[in-house]
Amino acid sequence: MNLLVLLLVPIITALAVLIMRHNNLVRWTAFIGSSIQLLLSLGLYYAFNKARAQGETSQMLFEQKTNLFNSWNISLHLGVDGISVAMILLTSFVVVAGVLMSWKVEKMTKEFFLLLMLLSMGAYGFFISLDLFVLFFFLEVAVIPKYLLIGIWGSGKKEDSANKLALMLMGGSALVLLGLLGIYLSAGKTFDLMQLSQLQLPIRTQMICYPLLFVGFGIFTALFPFHTWVPDGHSSAPTAGSMFLAGISMKLGGYGCLRVATYLMPEGAHAYANIVIVLSTIAIFYGAFATMMQTDLKYINAYSSVSHCGFVLLGIGMLTKVAITGAVMQMVSHGLMTALFFAVIGMIYERTHTRQVNEMGGLLKVMPFTITLLFIVGFCSLGLPGLSGFVAEMTIFMGAWEHPDTFHRVATVMACMSIVVTAVYILRAVGKTAMGPLKEQYNHLSDATWNEKLAAIVLMIGILAIGLAPGWLNQLVSPGADVIMQKLK
Amino acid sequence: MNDFFIRMKPELMIAAVIFILLFLKLGKGLSNNKLLLLIQILLVWNFAFGFVMNAEGHLFNDMYQTNAMMSLQKNILNGGVLLIALLFTEWFQKCEHLTEFFILMLSSLLGMFFLISSGNLLMFYLSIELATIPVAALANFHFDKKISSEAAMKMILSSAFSSGVLLFGISLIYGATGTLRFSDIPALLDGSALQIMAFIFLFTAFAFKMSIVPFHLWTADVYEGSPIAVTSFLSVISKGAIAFVLVSTLYKVFQPYHTIWYSMVMILSIVTMITGNLFALRQQNFKRFLAFSSIAQVGFILVGISSNSIQGTTSVIYFILIYIFSNLAAFGVAGLISFATGKERIDDYKGFYKTNPFLSWIVALSLFSLAGIPPTAGFFGKLFLLISGAAAGSYLFIGIAAINMIISLYYYLRVVRAIFMDANERPIEKITIHPMTRIALIICGSGIVLTGVISWIYDAIKALVN
Repeated sequence: MNLLVLLLVPIITALAVLIMRHNNLVRWTAFIGSSIQLLLSLGLYYAFNKARAQGETSQMLFEQKTNLFNSWNISLHLGVDGISVAMILLTSFVVVAGVLMSWKVEKMTKEFFLLLMLLSMGAYGFFISLDLFVLFFFLEVAVIPKYLLIGIWGSGKKEDSANKLALMLMGGSALVLLGLLGIYLSAGKTFDLMQLSQLQLPIRTQMICYPLLFVGFGIFTALFPFHTWVPDGHSSAPTAGSMFLAGISMKLGGYGCLRVATYLMPEGAHAYANIVIVLSTIAIFYGAFATMMQTDLKYINAYSSVSHCGFVLLGIGMLTKVAITGAVMQMVSHGLMTALFFAVIGMIYERTHTRQVNEMGGLLKVMPFTITLLFIVGFCSLGLPGLSGFVAEMTIFMGAWEHPDTFHRVATVMACMSIVVTAVYILRAVGKTAMGPLKEQYNHLSDATWNEKLAAIVLMIGILAIGLAPGWLNQLVSPGADVIMQKLK
Repeated sequence: MNDFFIRMKPELMIAAVIFILLFLKLGKGLSNNKLLLLIQILLVWNFAFGFVMNAEGHLFNDMYQTNAMMSLQKNILNGGVLLIALLFTEWFQKCEHLTEFFILMLSSLLGMFFLISSGNLLMFYLSIELATIPVAALANFHFDKKISSEAAMKMILSSAFSSGVLLFGISLIYGATGTLRFSDIPALLDGSALQIMAFIFLFTAFAFKMSIVPFHLWTADVYEGSPIAVTSFLSVISKGAIAFVLVSTLYKVFQPYHTIWYSMVMILSIVTMITGNLFALRQQNFKRFLAFSSIAQVGFILVGISSNSIQGTTSVIYFILIYIFSNLAAFGVAGLISFATGKERIDDYKGFYKTNPFLSWIVALSLFSLAGIPPTAGFFGKLFLLISGAAAGSYLFIGIAAINMIISLYYYLRVVRAIFMDANERPIEKITIHPMTRIALIICGSGIVLTGVISWIYDAIKALVN
């Protein structure tokens, strides 16, 4: 399978959107384009498994290399392993759902879908590139679409949130850039991930570049204390914007922390592991408690995203195979779950015109489908067995428990305890929205439309597929985690 | 004799255009529209012809030298001037003294060509004067505006001052080395205080022309006061030419002083970036805003220059190519708005997207490119400057440059926000765009998008650099 199609399909879709005359055509073009992406990623998963079953053991599959900038030794080097395939699957699910959830966007429809497609192109490119320069390029490609999506189609103090997000993410990119330059220069001028992974980078480089890269990517994935763009950005964004932000964009950071920082610099990873664990435990706890204070549904999900993404970083910081597998699974699971959560919030907000839980109540009676979804994502978020959240978090805890010393045990136990807090805020928010007496002004509300239902079903399939049969994801991811672990030992 | 024509082809072509314009002025005169069309055709021809029959070699006892890299640099500038001639079509059509305007502008360009090709400090001095003085006259082209005369006055005074400094430096170099030829100077540099003093004077002159902090004070006022066509010429073409020459002077003539000028360039670069960025944060006038942003960009060019390598030269040329597209696009739209409505403040641009989506996207693209955000070419340009700078050693320096990229993003986004997001009850009305202007804007826009993505451009430039 040629991985370039993953880049070309979004670009072609974007161009096709550009030439469409009517809003309806624009929507359908975007929908068809994103469905093709979904089919492609499923095809990729199938082809990947088939190749592996046939005994293809090389670390990256479907590799291809085209020289771009000879003078700098930069090439378009593409390839995927299990971790990338999992992330690509996540991306394509969220993209389809995001397009479906944006069916009612009437303001500058064409531009909206164009930006969505650009964003998805950035995400795919990021996950498939094995050249750090190209990877960085795709990391930054996504910044401007996010900025414009929030600033133009958002709500509330959207301009400020968009500004904050763009500047903080650019700050993260600047740190990443410095780290990459350090690697590039000390490794004899190559950006190629595969070549770099064969090298032993000098300890001094690792000590300087690891924190730069980890914090830089960490900003994308809400590393404490650089998480402040998350609540504002998510709550101001339009529905599809929040879904993309939390579902895909935050995962770019986690993937970068793992694939670039931890994989290339094992000594650095060991040296800074404790700091990573402390920061991520704080994020988990702080995120959970901050969520308790929120009454706005979007803020609730945004802060809980901080908490859940803390688990990703915790898994990476634990540096065991199971924990890293869990971290990737958590990325996929949280991506699907939070996208669905934002989609549900979008559906509720569109009908009630409020996101304050205190102003709602009894909505289960008028919009049963939507509120059932809300229950499901809520349970997924608090880690109910049978849904994806449980599987991922459990894997991380099991991996973390492999460390016998007190420090790791304490961190693990604290992270576990945050689930109780999660239960408190989720049950309260869901209960207040769904139960109780129905307010009069909400009597006439309608339930989800076909596009919303379809979006939700697409995401639900993902969540249930992980929750009920986690084996496939585990098998997909853990060889990739194994390769990283061999380098870490 | 044949050599003479081929080697001096770019200069002779420009001189020929100037003479044609002079003769036209003698006759009873064409209408402005026809004249402008003629000029545009001549410039297209000039630009296209620039790519063929380029020779290497030197003339007049090494006074004048040329090679593939210099031809490329001249061509880039040719292209920039052509874009300016297309971009401001409407303004030129209404311009009272169109012939004079182009005679002056092309004379300045001729000066820059000689500057790029100069192989001797005397030639260098003469050409830098030829490149500067016509621009001072151009700055005064808003005859009815006081601010325009003020700009011209500031320009001429500051350039006179910098010429004085330059001449002083040249005479000191002559006194210390006994030669003015570029090829002889490096061997005679021995690090004596007098020579270093002379070098610093010479460098100061460059700093004036390129508006490197602390010699930037004339920039914003001149940019604001001049007609936009002149401002864009000043900020793009003239800066680009000086940057080209600075690179070759430092790398070739003053190579023995590398350690000295490395720290100078580094400190000036940091100061320039920070000052340019911090002042740009608070500007309300779009032209002034671009003036300070261009100061910050010069700081970035210095990062590349500090690298002292072929990669550095290539990156500077590449960056300037991209900078021409990006900055001219921004100036082009600013010129359209200013000509149609007289509005130049950033606040006036609020809600601009509703009425003028095409122009808005062009501005957004150009600003993203100036800020260095992918997929625009500015990303590649800036990154390559940074990588070549990082290869020279100082990591902290690159860190400061990276921080400055974030600061600059803040103010570029301010304009984007005004155009796309801020509500305005009475936005600027739909602006009719002259076809020529539209062509130029599309060229700029596709240049911004494609120059970076088509990656062999960089390698092609590198192949020409020596």
